[in-house]
Amino acid sequence: MKAARPFLILLLAAMLSQAGAALAQANLEINTPAIAALQRSMQQRHAQLVPFYASGAVGLTRDGNVALRDANAVPLPQRQQVNALIAAENQDRAALYREIARANGRPEWETDIRATFGQRWIEKAQPGWYYRSAGGTWVRK
Amino acid sequence: MQSFVEAVCHRVGRRAAGFPLLVGALALAGCVTINIYFPAAAAEQAADRIIDEVWQLKSGEAPKADGPAAPQGEAK
Repeated sequence: MKAARPFLILLLAAMLSQAGAALAQANLEINTPAIAALQRSMQQRHAQLVPFYASGAVGLTRDGNVALRDANAVPLPQRQQVNALIAAENQDRAALYREIARANGRPEWETDIRATFGQRWIEKAQPGWYYRSAGGTWVRK
Repeated sequence: MQSFVEAVCHRVGRRAAGFPLLVGALALAGCVTINIYFPAAAAEQAADRIIDEVWQLKSGEAPKADGPAAPQGEAK
């Protein structure tokens, strides 16, 4: 019995530390300079992307990115611009997901964070915008 | 578990004094590693806050600590 006492104490300590960790995770840290900078960058780009969301040229994907949906919806002179916008946006989004995971000391959460964002972007998209369903087909909201 | 520990301690004698401690340390490490789960609800809230900011969505959701003094201005 005596021999088991340190074990029990340690087990208790382990349980307490878990509870502490769970409490600490009630909120995700998103107030870092890197995240704020990415937010600003994406906010500025958004104004340029809106017409393309609205025309259906660009849609949202479930993995938290944007993608070209219908190149024909873009006038020829603007096609390069759209591709550049999409590439830049996806770069910022990837950095955002990575930064949030890192700011919380859990780089391995990046995939989960990306998936969560994927759902939320679609959820908050305006009616008329397109998103790619789980089956891979484009759906108009 | 207890009887196992006792049995081993009895058999190995004094050298086994640190054995329960070792088991405890392993259990501790195991618990801590296993239990870091992804906080889905918190992530959703964080995502919503960021998306509202990026897309400039100022919907009817009550602003948290801003108070009614800032009706249209940017929240940050």
